[in-house]
Amino acid sequence: MYVAVKGGEQAIANAHRLLADRRRGEREQAELSVEQIGGQLRLAVDRVMSEASLYDPELAALALKQASGDLVEAVFLLRAYRTTLPRLAVSEPLDTGTMRIERRISAAYKDIPGGQVLGPTYDYTHRLLDFMQLAEGETPEPARADAALARCPQILDLLNAEGLIEREHDDGSEPADITRDPPDYPVDRAARLQMLARGDEGYLLALGYSTQRGYGRNHPFAGEIRLGHVDVEIHVKEWDETICIGEIALSECQMINQFGGSREVAPQFTRGYGLAFGHNERKTLAMALVDRALRAEELGEPISGPAQQAEFVLAHADSVEASGFVSHLKLPHYVDFQSELELLRRLRKAHGNARGSGDAAMEDAV
Amino acid sequence: MNGYNFAYLDEQTKRMIRRALLKAVAIPGYQVPFGGREMPMPYGWGTGGMQLTASILGGDDVLKVIDQGADDTTNAVSIRAFFERVAGVETTTATAAADVIQTRHRIPETPLEHDQILVFQVPIPEPLRFIEPSEQETRLMHALEEYGVMHVKLYEDIARYGHIATTYAYPVKVDGRYVMDPSPIPKFDNPKLDMSAALMLFGAGREKRLYAIPPYTRVESLDFEDHPFEIQQWDEHCALCGSDHSFLDEVITDDAGNRLFICSDTDYCLTRRGEVA
Amino acid sequence: MKRSELAGPALAKPVLDRSALLDVQDISRLYGPGKGCESIDFRLHAGEVLGIVGESGSGKSTLLRVLAGLETPDAGRVIYHTNDGELDLYAISEARRRALLRLEWGLVHQNPRDGLRMGVSAGANVGERLMALGERHYGNLRAAGQDWMTQVELDAGRIDDAPLTFSGGMQQRLQIARTLVTRPRLVFMDEPTGGLDVSVQARLLDMIRTLVRQLGLSVVLVTHDLAVARLLSHRLLVMRRGQVVEAGLTDQILDDPQHAYTQLLVSSVLTP
Repeated sequence: MYVAVKGGEQAIANAHRLLADRRRGEREQAELSVEQIGGQLRLAVDRVMSEASLYDPELAALALKQASGDLVEAVFLLRAYRTTLPRLAVSEPLDTGTMRIERRISAAYKDIPGGQVLGPTYDYTHRLLDFMQLAEGETPEPARADAALARCPQILDLLNAEGLIEREHDDGSEPADITRDPPDYPVDRAARLQMLARGDEGYLLALGYSTQRGYGRNHPFAGEIRLGHVDVEIHVKEWDETICIGEIALSECQMINQFGGSREVAPQFTRGYGLAFGHNERKTLAMALVDRALRAEELGEPISGPAQQAEFVLAHADSVEASGFVSHLKLPHYVDFQSELELLRRLRKAHGNARGSGDAAMEDAV
Repeated sequence: MNGYNFAYLDEQTKRMIRRALLKAVAIPGYQVPFGGREMPMPYGWGTGGMQLTASILGGDDVLKVIDQGADDTTNAVSIRAFFERVAGVETTTATAAADVIQTRHRIPETPLEHDQILVFQVPIPEPLRFIEPSEQETRLMHALEEYGVMHVKLYEDIARYGHIATTYAYPVKVDGRYVMDPSPIPKFDNPKLDMSAALMLFGAGREKRLYAIPPYTRVESLDFEDHPFEIQQWDEHCALCGSDHSFLDEVITDDAGNRLFICSDTDYCLTRRGEVA
Repeated sequence: MKRSELAGPALAKPVLDRSALLDVQDISRLYGPGKGCESIDFRLHAGEVLGIVGESGSGKSTLLRVLAGLETPDAGRVIYHTNDGELDLYAISEARRRALLRLEWGLVHQNPRDGLRMGVSAGANVGERLMALGERHYGNLRAAGQDWMTQVELDAGRIDDAPLTFSGGMQQRLQIARTLVTRPRLVFMDEPTGGLDVSVQARLLDMIRTLVRQLGLSVVLVTHDLAVARLLSHRLLVMRRGQVVEAGLTDQILDDPQHAYTQLLVSSVLTP
């Protein structure tokens, strides 16, 4: 007689044990330490922190280790941890103008106050595999400048002074908090930027790219990209004082885009904005393109490309949501499938009857 | 479990969800947005149901978790183990013994009582979603009761197939007002929603929506007068308990494609076999 | 289109129920100087067909969108007279307005794709407004679908075909059937024969004229084509740069235009 298979706790436990084994790999080799990941897979750590919305390089490195290097899984691990943390304080808005610059470039001007600072970049490297790294060759010390960097004003502020670019105003309203409140479409720019900031880099990259290829083109110039450290400050009510609680690494991209003006407003440049934790330059570029694309309605532009459709873009940007829902297809769907089977058999039977009993008999026999 | 609050979520979050649930009960079938949290399980795997269960669970409650009607499917096992770990509550597989039942895709065959709560895991809460993808627009359609388009879909099914071809997640109208997605339960289970003695709660984690059917509420499955709603029927009986009135899963028994049918509700089947034997 | 093709008895004069159906009061909707429509006033009577003519860019389509409840005007009011009293289109709730558009009014788009559900069958398209009104009998819906397809001279045997398989002219007929199935009191038509071949246009116009007469519809028709306007409308508004430059009975305006712009329009279109 048939006995139903028990899916079981033991099977799940065994699967996870096997996973741990595969994660560890060959035991003769040294185990990868969280410090090594944090120190040597820096860009992966930064991406995980950004998309998890939690600035903690050590835990991000741990998540990467635990996820065997699967970035989407690592983002999920860190995000799930983040949600359990108490909210002790809300920081003051970060001032990226005071950033301690590690890299800073503008594609809009040749020479800028403070200079073009390349910093650590893969740009202009020839993408040739460096077999020396296979042989564990020595890495030379970096060259260091004799003098500290000059002050680096924000490029868009220079345009601002001339009125050539739209000004951003702080209207003093409390920004939305997408980690506490469900999105209520249409969402405002503050909520949009939050959603983009934790959005999947690959997804934003593809959408940003689509705007460049004509699906909602917005004529971008990389006004300024800067990377470096910024102080985080909180205001302590009891002391009526603002104190610095540490610093975080940030990447910021300010995009300059064209705009024809309207009846009320003289023509001026518009902005797209991208910001991410750590060294996440590509993400901020893509984010700035998409941010600008999503302003189409506000700026009275025709909505013709996918990147301009706010609900579409924002509802599908989060890799934790997306990977969860896609992977849920692995869960049992016996009941739904059975329902479809039953219907399909009934429809085929009816179809066969209509075509004549001969055909139906043939099909049943097969 | 150390380091986590009872039932995982912090009390503030649970209170927020319970407030949203009260609203949902007050407006049967209406999708209430709530500040859904990340859970340590993937979206789409029951995070909405889990947040609801976590919010309503008390220390004395007995919990049952089913997936596809069964207590022993992997995801049911996993979610049950989660609550055993973070809430330390007693769990059961017996439908009648449970205070809270979290379910994915089925309503138990055993009729529920007025002191029980059924929590559904919902992937896509919006019944209009596949006709109108924009949330802004569907909210307006609900507000204005613009539901004609739901029947366009059913009309199209009949025109094409001669039947209404929706077999699960079959849309219902709750208390004569809101059109609601009952989650991907087979339409076989739809009649159990109508005038149910138990409170039914629905949680969609990824979409951050929850809704409810209070006890003894009228729930109608959408249909046409001349093509009334029907549930699935099987020619076969359950191969294990002989039931001729429960939802049957098909099991393929060999390479030749031979198959038999067994109850999808494992507790119901086992109980019947106890009685039958 | 040659004039001779459109010759035929003029529309019957509106039934002598001269009650007002729609009052348009000082409507303005401007996107920029001279773009949009400005200070428009007129009254539409029950059973009347009013043509709004002008070149593209004259503001006639903007005006239609405002009248049809699709675009809030910068200023002015649109008053709809019902049996129970007056409704101020943009002062009533959105719920009320959408219900009105769905149940008592109809809109025929220039491009049938904008007015049809291209993914579902012709029958479902015709039946949708009935279902919105609460019709829950499949057989009745089907009968209505076949009846209306016949009325717009479509093959009722194609009731289960998707509009995608229909030609442009057939799609436009289907859109008209879908709109008229609930017998709306007021119908807006935006270049209903635009984009179609001349011969297809002529037959479609003939059909529209017949339906309008049979059903006693009240219609606001926007067209750049004076021949279409002459064939369908009782009265005309001539628009230029967002403003009405001339208004009056169709024959009077087309045979004896007063405004220089209307004269130009008439001479350039109607004289071969």
